[in-house]
Amino acid sequence: MMADTATGQNKVELMSQVKQQIALANAQEMLSKMTEKCFKKCIQKPGKALDNSEQRCISQCMDRYMDSWNLVSRTYGNRLQREHYKDTVEMAD
Amino acid sequence: MSDFESDLPSTDRELQEFMMIEQQKAKVHEQIHEFNEVCWEKCIGKPSNKLDSATETCLTNCVDRFIDTSILITQRFAQILQKRN
Repeated sequence: MMADTATGQNKVELMSQVKQQIALANAQEMLSKMTEKCFKKCIQKPGKALDNSEQRCISQCMDRYMDSWNLVSRTYGNRLQREHYKDTVEMAD
Repeated sequence: MSDFESDLPSTDRELQEFMMIEQQKAKVHEQIHEFNEVCWEKCIGKPSNKLDSATETCLTNCVDRFIDTSILITQRFAQILQKRN
C-alpha cells in the first residue's frame, strides 16, 4: 500500500521516517532496560524519596550501562565478522 | 518474502533493499540489547566511575561464550530431534 507511488521525494521521506521510528524504538528499549537494571542495582530499599547517593548511583549506572552496551556491540560486531570470514573460507575450500 | 514481493509488483527495488537492510539492522540491535542484559547481570557488581579491565574482559568473554552456547545448543538440539525420527 505504501510503495506504489513512492517515488522521488516521497521515497526519501518514507525512508527517513522508517529510520526515525527504528531509532525511537531503540532508544525506548535502551531506556526501559536501563531503568530496570539501574533500579535493581541502586535502590535497595525504596524510601520516601531518592536520596543523593541513590541518584549518584543511578547516573553512574546509566553511564556504565551505555559503556557496556557499546562494548557488547563491538564484540558482537567482531564476532559476526569472524563468523562471516569462516563461512567464506569454508565455501572456498 | 516472495509473497510480499508479488503482492506489490510495483514496489521498487531500492525501497525493498532499504527495508531489508533496516530490518537486519534492527535484528542486530535487538540481539545487542539481549546480550547486554545477560552480560550486565553476569559481569557488573556495583557501578563505578568506569568499566575496569576485568569487567571489560568479562563482558567480551560473556558475549562470545553466550553465542558459543547458543550454537552448541542449537546443534545438539538438532541432533536430538534427528535421533527421534
